[in-house]
Amino acid sequence: MEDIIVCEGLNKYYSGVHALKDLSLKIKKDSVVGLIGDNGAGKSTLIKILSGAHQPDSGHIYFEGNKVKFKSTKEAMNLGIETIYQYSALIPEMSIARNIFIGREQTQYNVGNFGLMKTKTMQDDAMKALTDVELHLRSPDTPVNQLSGGERQGVVIARAMYFKSKVLILDEPTNHLSVKETNKVLRFVEGLKSQGVTSIFITHNLSHVYPIADHLCVMARGEKIADLDKKDTTIDHLTDLLVNG
Amino acid sequence: MSKNYSLRSLLVRPEVATFLMFLAIMIGFYIANERFLDARNIRIVMGITPEYIIVAIGIAILMISGEFDLSVGSVFALVPMTIVQMVHQGIPPWFAIFLGLMIGIIVGFVNGFITLRFGIPSFIATLGMLYIARSLTTVATAGFPPPFPHILPNELFVYQFELFRASLYWALLVAVVLGVMLHRSNVGNWIYATGGDQNAASSMGIKTGNVKMFCFILCGFLAGFAGMIQTFRLEAPLPSQGYLLELESIAAAVIGGVSLFGGIGTVFGAVIGAILIRFLESGIIMARIDAEWFRAGLGSLIIIAVVFNTYISRRATRIGQNKAKD
Repeated sequence: MEDIIVCEGLNKYYSGVHALKDLSLKIKKDSVVGLIGDNGAGKSTLIKILSGAHQPDSGHIYFEGNKVKFKSTKEAMNLGIETIYQYSALIPEMSIARNIFIGREQTQYNVGNFGLMKTKTMQDDAMKALTDVELHLRSPDTPVNQLSGGERQGVVIARAMYFKSKVLILDEPTNHLSVKETNKVLRFVEGLKSQGVTSIFITHNLSHVYPIADHLCVMARGEKIADLDKKDTTIDHLTDLLVNG
Repeated sequence: MSKNYSLRSLLVRPEVATFLMFLAIMIGFYIANERFLDARNIRIVMGITPEYIIVAIGIAILMISGEFDLSVGSVFALVPMTIVQMVHQGIPPWFAIFLGLMIGIIVGFVNGFITLRFGIPSFIATLGMLYIARSLTTVATAGFPPPFPHILPNELFVYQFELFRASLYWALLVAVVLGVMLHRSNVGNWIYATGGDQNAASSMGIKTGNVKMFCFILCGFLAGFAGMIQTFRLEAPLPSQGYLLELESIAAAVIGGVSLFGGIGTVFGAVIGAILIRFLESGIIMARIDAEWFRAGLGSLIIIAVVFNTYISRRATRIGQNKAKD
């Protein structure tokens, strides 16, 4: 299978701290990659670079074979790389439909970038997007703060799917979730593979990502210390790597 | 979705609660004095209300985006004062109006620039501007309030029709245009998103700084426009005009259900809030209560409104979460 993202020799410094050390990584298309490491291992730095939020100090990124340089998250999103951050990228008081279309509203009577929202279309499409990820909610007008943690992650994943993301980066999507809700999110992510979406699942909880990952990448102190197919490793081996670096 | 559920979700909308409060107050004062709802009294109250409605809308939208403007009262005086003085200097009336309104826009821009560029609370940036703009107004009067130049087209803005003044129609125009902008356009969606959660909004590619800047400028413009209408109505530019208006318009917005933390509120709520305050003032006078009680009434109303809104929004969240567990 071809690689959808290739990173070569990425380095990033934050006020003198070497947060990412010469990191190279290949991510296969339509796979689930588990990116694991303890706090401060450099996982967040790596995804901030992949999502366009931060820029590397050196190194290159190739997306679908082309060299890319993201100046903003918007540029990465336009290419199909969508990031779901630890803090949910949803506005609590706004409805599901409005949240799904934040910054990408369907509009009519446009003047430049501004226009009136096609409320009905957005509501219908929002419901369809939710159903596509097997999330059955009552109404697209429900404010997000009335949903459970797992449902919120489901909305975010539905949003990424609706906008035809090719790569979904999930930053600790199962943090602060109950066991039941965690399983829900894992099912969402597993379902993405069959729909042609590559996901990068970042977590410090190996037991969450191990069952659904095809490939695992372990980081420590800003470096990649292991990069393995699941079939070549065991959960004990990975735990050992995580604990002892 | 049962009918019962949708009725409940309507009742938990803060501006609906405000509207019910408004009806209660109107009925209460009507019982105290029947003449409270006479055409004569409505004409008097609605004659002065439009200016407050316009300022309250600007404040409400800015607050929804997550910022404050304490300088609206001063801009409310500065803009008409400059217009009048420019006309006295021989500048054509319409050009003076244009330049005057530009000052409102510039003040809004400076408020936004200082807040966003230096990352300080807008509370502080606009508190500074409150003093600066008021000071400039007094300086511009050159020690003595100038007479009102009657070549200014004030009838267009404040002409007294049978019951309402032209200013009310201007206020309604502002409310409709900005209501559509806030509730139906994509810009409105960005404003709610920015005020609701700035991190989430910017991670979705919204330029939250630009959104806030737009709201600052809009607020400054509306404050100046409203101040111009008041001067046109009184036909006297007073340097003290709009004193304490900043607090009153925040009060109107808050009574109308706008959250102090951003992300929540409506144009309709701000309009009702502004009208409510003016009728409260009138009602207290008409009920032959000492007018000094107005501020106590207003103060109580603010507290009741916010306590009530907090209570119902907690309840709404709880109803929703119980539903989600079904």
